[in-house]
Amino acid sequence: MKDTIVAIATASGVGAISIIRISGPDALVLANTMFKGKDLTKVASHTIHYGYITDGFEDIDEVLVMVMLSPKTYTTEDTVEINCHGGIATTNKVLELLLKKGARLANPGEFTERAFLNGRIDLLEAEAVSDLIESKNEKQRKLALNGINGRITKIVQTIKEEILNLIANIEVNIDYPEYEDAIEVTPIYLKEHLETTKRELELLLENSEIGKIIKSGIDIALIGRPNVGKSSILNALLNEDKAIVTDISGTTRDCIEAKMNLKGIEINLIDTAGIRNTDDLVEQIGVDKSKQMINNADLVILVLNNNEELTKEDKELLEQITEKPHIIFINKEDLQTKIVLPKNIEVVKGNTIALEGLESLKQKIIELYNLDKIEEKELTYLSNIRQIRLVEDALENIKEAIIDAEKEIPVDMLEIHLRKSFDNLSILIGEKYEDELIDKLFENFCLGK
Amino acid sequence: MKYEVIVVGGGHAGCEAAHITAFMGHSTLLITMNIRNIADMPCNPSIGGTAKGVIVRDIDALGGLMGRVADASHFQIKMLNSKKGPAVRSLRCQADKATYPKNMLKELEKTKNLEIKEAIVEDIVVENNKTKGVILENGEIIFCTTLILTTGTYLKSNILRGSSSIEGGPHGEARSNHLSDNLKRLGFTIQRLKTGTPPRIKASSIDFTKCTPEYGDNKYYTFSHDTKPIYKIEEQQKCYLVYTNESTHKIIMDNLEKSSMYGGYVTGIGPRYCPSIEDKLVRFKDKERHQLFLEPESLYYDEWYVQGFSTSMPEDVQELMVHSLKGLENAVITKYAYAIEYDSINPLEIKPSLETKIIENLFTAGQINGTSGYEEAAGQGLLAGINAAAKLENKNPLILKRNESYLGVLIDDLVTKGTQEPYRMLTSRAEYRLILRHDNADLRLREYGWKYKTITEEMYINYLNHKKEIKKLKEFLENTKLEITEKILEKFKQNDFSIPLNKTSFLELLKRPEITIEFLDSLKSINFSDQVKEIVSIEIKYEGYIKKMKKEIERMLKLEEKQIPKNIDYKKIKNLASEARQKLEAIRPISIGQASRISGVNPADISILAIYLKKEYANE
Repeated sequence: MKDTIVAIATASGVGAISIIRISGPDALVLANTMFKGKDLTKVASHTIHYGYITDGFEDIDEVLVMVMLSPKTYTTEDTVEINCHGGIATTNKVLELLLKKGARLANPGEFTERAFLNGRIDLLEAEAVSDLIESKNEKQRKLALNGINGRITKIVQTIKEEILNLIANIEVNIDYPEYEDAIEVTPIYLKEHLETTKRELELLLENSEIGKIIKSGIDIALIGRPNVGKSSILNALLNEDKAIVTDISGTTRDCIEAKMNLKGIEINLIDTAGIRNTDDLVEQIGVDKSKQMINNADLVILVLNNNEELTKEDKELLEQITEKPHIIFINKEDLQTKIVLPKNIEVVKGNTIALEGLESLKQKIIELYNLDKIEEKELTYLSNIRQIRLVEDALENIKEAIIDAEKEIPVDMLEIHLRKSFDNLSILIGEKYEDELIDKLFENFCLGK
Repeated sequence: MKYEVIVVGGGHAGCEAAHITAFMGHSTLLITMNIRNIADMPCNPSIGGTAKGVIVRDIDALGGLMGRVADASHFQIKMLNSKKGPAVRSLRCQADKATYPKNMLKELEKTKNLEIKEAIVEDIVVENNKTKGVILENGEIIFCTTLILTTGTYLKSNILRGSSSIEGGPHGEARSNHLSDNLKRLGFTIQRLKTGTPPRIKASSIDFTKCTPEYGDNKYYTFSHDTKPIYKIEEQQKCYLVYTNESTHKIIMDNLEKSSMYGGYVTGIGPRYCPSIEDKLVRFKDKERHQLFLEPESLYYDEWYVQGFSTSMPEDVQELMVHSLKGLENAVITKYAYAIEYDSINPLEIKPSLETKIIENLFTAGQINGTSGYEEAAGQGLLAGINAAAKLENKNPLILKRNESYLGVLIDDLVTKGTQEPYRMLTSRAEYRLILRHDNADLRLREYGWKYKTITEEMYINYLNHKKEIKKLKEFLENTKLEITEKILEKFKQNDFSIPLNKTSFLELLKRPEITIEFLDSLKSINFSDQVKEIVSIEIKYEGYIKKMKKEIERMLKLEEKQIPKNIDYKKIKNLASEARQKLEAIRPISIGQASRISGVNPADISILAIYLKKEYANE
């Protein structure tokens, strides 16, 4: 890490100020050569200075420059941040100038990679930082901060401790078979103790499921035959005309996505093409895509027309969604009821033209996901797939141990599951080295931080 | 006179080392202080035990002597943990302290290329950081190409009882006064370790009727893959179990300050797993009693060993302690317990081949490397010998991996983690122990033996035949289908087993946890040896577990394959934590795998190291 890296640290195209971050041994010297103001190499650490960035001929931008000296910086290296005021074009000019002077454009996640490699943050923290950068609302931000505080590390360490105690006890039994000093761990004893561990790991995963909702939101697909009013529902929910709503069947040929906020949770609404068997090639593509949407969505809202009898297609759709979380919305309640539904089907009724029933629909979504009760500060939440896989695998091993304990497989064999589970948890909190992890991890980081 | 190999010390490590280099065809001189103490057993009268029993088999698979000699010298043998899973079974015998050394000496005497000499070595000859020979106490120099030090507890040893400290080795013999100082002068770090041994009691003074007898197994076993049992089950000797009691504990606690340990007379660090009785009382205050085992030392003399009662109390307190035990009220102590302090080198200064990093062609094995135990010593001696010979032959050293042998685990732990206390092998140290079983030692190691020419052709053929038998039995089980008859149905019912489908193969049946190969044998006789049956039934029954472990091993081996160049400059890797840098510089691990096992080198450091290697050596 001998070179000095640079990147625009703020999101591109938005905001009045753009920040350029420079980190590395030459950060100060580089910034100083193009700064008109104080001599930056002589100022105290963690101070801000007013001046101009110049290419030697003319001033490019009026800036504030923040100087932070090693080691108390994000990367632990000398760091300079230039606050530019002149919008995208001038910011890019400043960046180009820095590159010309010998700085290197940072790879995605390279600042965080340096922070990690310089021992400033551990692995979980690095991942949490990735989440923090990507957080879009207050709830997401709090979650990311919880990750940084190492709450998970604490919980995982407690679980590890429990497993380790069992392993240690088994080891004493094996290495000192003739001594009565330790409790004899039997498969039954082991099973009893592992039930607790199992529950704790399950809880961690359940919370992560909620965490995932906070982080990624809920994907809701609106499905139904053409012209039953899916797009109208979307518009009514959004209060804006994002979807094209017409009364010609098959208008919505592609999928339309829109975002809304429900109790602080991001809802991704996907309006699909009306599903019906069709010969129109373009529409056919839309229909295939709809079926795919059903599979990918977290929740499916099936819209049916109160004024028509169930068609073959409606019945097929009802069949398709049984395995998925779903809500059935009966539209056009104001018209005559011709629809005959199978018994014991729960529905929400409404009329999108008069905006009736939409509150009940929202309420239903809130109930389904307990959105009222999500208390993010109590959440312990695994921030990505890698972490979740590790815990799932740890849980799987505990479950296997329990099943094999019931078969009375000898404890020294059951211990193999315990060790595997223990190792996974160690990898999770960065206490055990895992090959190829680093490369993968830092690919997730956005440019700049 | 010049030898290819000189071995200094005739204990368990020295015997194996000298035997194997000579067997491999190199002129070898074994120097011992006292030829009568060859393969002496100064502590417990047993060979094997948990993990250690597997080491003995591993030694045997590689052509070492310990298994063969133990088979010829014991009066009781047991399979420990036989009720637990297959991975932790281990043989232990009560070896006769008079016969074992005699039989070992016989083996050495009939080994070609091997001479034995009585002398004390005071210094080693070193030129350009290469050893050239040894200097004896009388000033005589004997030259050699490779040198193996197996000096046991004799380096500047002190015998401690209470406040008394006497310079000398285990049996009140002379110690080596200058060798460890000279090693220090050559640049070695010398550390002080401690161990201890319990009192010995005159058998005729023990009232055995008050003690609980412990018997040998009702089955024939041998450590060696090549010997047949020569003992008779019914002639095995008994051991006895006794307990400490309230009065024993009061005596010890009242006199605690008089012990060498608690009186502050000891500087060496003792082993946690083999504590003195006073340590046990201090550490486990709530325990009302501790187990002690009475074990005969030999059939040829009248002395018993009190396992679990090692102490550094003065003699008068030992008398009180012993007499407080049930059955030992009138016991006569023939030898008092003592603690012994001795010098060892820091094992971080040796390579995985057991050659020292500081002096080329110098190898060390056994207690000088900081270990404890006859088996641990013998195993290292064997490998030091093989590698000294390999060096003479310009061959790569034999470095066993952690998934290949307990000896691989032992040496990797020593040279990677070092040790602050005498290191004893435990099954828990071996993460892949399901693969390191006593029943498959030959399958794991005999090919190495053949490759390095440490076993005879006969031994190799023996192993190949064994392998064939295993294959045959597997095929037999696969091809034998259950023919359900009235009689067979009855057998399943008797045992409360669920009834399988007709034509189920024996192999499938054996996978069921409740069905043993013995049960299948009762349905249709299986004409294979017990050893073959054991290994095949383990491999079939625990196939899932073995597969799982093999996956773990693959992951580990991938990290082992990532070699770290010998000339790497850790100073150039900027972001390493300073503790990690120091440790890496001192230990100079050969692979990322080994580096990741160094304590104080954390995963972030390993990541940095891995990334550095990737960048710097990308084109190599």
